[in-house]
Amino acid sequence: MTIKFSQEKLNEVKELIACYPEGKQKSALIPLLHVAQDEFGGWLDAPVMDYVAELLHIQPIEVYEVATFYSMFNTKPVGKHLLEVCRTGPCMLNGSDQIIEYIKQKLDIKEGETTADGLFTLKPAECLGACGYAPMMQLGKFYREHLTKEKVDQLIDELRAKEKN
Amino acid sequence: MAIKLLLENDHIEGIRYYDTYRKHGGYRAAEKALKMAPADIVEEVKKSGLRGRGGAGFPTGMKWSFLAKPEGVPRHLVCNADESEPGTFKDRYLMEFHPHLFIEGLLISSFALGSNNTYVYIRGEYAWIPDILNQAIAEAKQNGWLGKNIQGTGFDCEIVVHRGAGAYICGEETALIESLEGKRGNPRMKPPFPAIQGVWMRPTVVNNVETLAAIVPIINMGGDEYAKIGVGRSTGSKLLSVCGNVNKPGVYEIDMTISVEEFIYSDEYCGGIPNGKKLKACIPGGSSVPIVPANLLFKTAKGETRIMNYESLSDGGFATGTMMGSGGFIVLDEDQCVVRHTMTLARFYNHESCGQCSPCREGTGWMYKILKNIEYGKGKMSDIDLLWDIQRRIEGNTICPLGDAAAWPVAAAIRHFRDEFEWHVKNPEESQTRNFGLAHYADPRPIPASA
Repeated sequence: MTIKFSQEKLNEVKELIACYPEGKQKSALIPLLHVAQDEFGGWLDAPVMDYVAELLHIQPIEVYEVATFYSMFNTKPVGKHLLEVCRTGPCMLNGSDQIIEYIKQKLDIKEGETTADGLFTLKPAECLGACGYAPMMQLGKFYREHLTKEKVDQLIDELRAKEKN
Repeated sequence: MAIKLLLENDHIEGIRYYDTYRKHGGYRAAEKALKMAPADIVEEVKKSGLRGRGGAGFPTGMKWSFLAKPEGVPRHLVCNADESEPGTFKDRYLMEFHPHLFIEGLLISSFALGSNNTYVYIRGEYAWIPDILNQAIAEAKQNGWLGKNIQGTGFDCEIVVHRGAGAYICGEETALIESLEGKRGNPRMKPPFPAIQGVWMRPTVVNNVETLAAIVPIINMGGDEYAKIGVGRSTGSKLLSVCGNVNKPGVYEIDMTISVEEFIYSDEYCGGIPNGKKLKACIPGGSSVPIVPANLLFKTAKGETRIMNYESLSDGGFATGTMMGSGGFIVLDEDQCVVRHTMTLARFYNHESCGQCSPCREGTGWMYKILKNIEYGKGKMSDIDLLWDIQRRIEGNTICPLGDAAAWPVAAAIRHFRDEFEWHVKNPEESQTRNFGLAHYADPRPIPASA
């Protein structure tokens, strides 16, 4: 796979950089890493980070140190659907432990692992700011709230069905 | 009677869109403010007594008046929308459902501070909210409230929504500034304060979402009128996000004169505790503030009724009181385990420590490990004292307040629930299957009929 954005994405990159004062293009690093992660398979491989460094005219190390600091950037491959289940205080009070346990059994994986078919990764997360709608998980761009075992079943069936079509 | 300043139009369908918002009195405050001198706006905010709604409660007007104004150097307003304190989700609610109120507040504040380029740093996980904000920004621009020469005043303002990527520490203002510059979120040493050297070493004001939204009613009603709402130094209204074991979790606006007991049991707010269970403990201001047992929540140590405001909640200091914090109201019922809850918070702070200062980097890890041992039946009696010792050595010994935030919940849990920790150590097997229960810190009074 060649690491290069499409022209459309390059225009988006240009717009992102223009949000910040001249010479301060490094400010666009985190927004750019989001774009890159979405574009190149859900994680940031070294060549991807080098490419982002090149786009921003900064050193690769400046990208590595940021990518490894923020929990939303994956520096290792993940499954197609990343199930990030919150387990901090308020979610725990509402049964997030049981939800995590249920997903582990259902998909036969441990925390942080990916299913053999590469579809699902379970990643326990720390507080995602949906405490009143607990238990919850982040799936891609959106939150799934008020989780129950039935809702987890439904969600996983849905995603599997989507894959078959 | 509940007062509604921010959520006044909460029931109106389509308030998310410009036309509806405008029809219901939106941008009236901006109209008024743009005719005022910027210094007069700052003066109104000072008079209002508004205190930062992010958690620290620092007077906003005073923060604004510290902003340096050197010739020829751009100044910036940066909105802290990196809401990450466990238990807190009020800013999300404002941005998701009232984006124009937020943008109006941003515009007035930018005008008052002379910020032509204003940034909203939103936590990365709120991935769908930037779209909502950007749509509202585009609508505001179309109607002449943003962009060049706003409403013919000659004032230019652009708002950029900047997404973070999942780091609690970026809610600390200097870490947020570092992150906005495209770096790791390591807090800076102060001084220099952001008001002198902030983002790109330019003078910067960092304010919370709710703080900036509150500027709108302040301008509409005037600072003096706003200051009349509430009690003492807790002026205006405050958003609370309620979670844990209550019948009606969600976001509520209060005027800071309501008692804690009424807040929990009244049907207008939390609606009591599910299944008729008893209240065990509460963390009223986000996970960092001390947990208090039920018997210290409704009444202070002096026997006075505790009110939902900055002063009353902190009455008694950390010995018997707690804090208003960010307004993340977490309720624990009789079946909850304080040790386990504290363990999840310790894990959270360990995960979120930026690693810059040793007491926090190492200490949060030790606290998590020890709490995990106690929770899973591998604890020793001496571990409880060790935990106390570690938290004491973190507090006050770090660059930013994350160290304190990690230490306080552990300290308060041991202070008020020590017998529960001891019970875990003495009954390693039983504690795996059964909860310690209520003991002497339970709510001794009958539950009101409304629950």
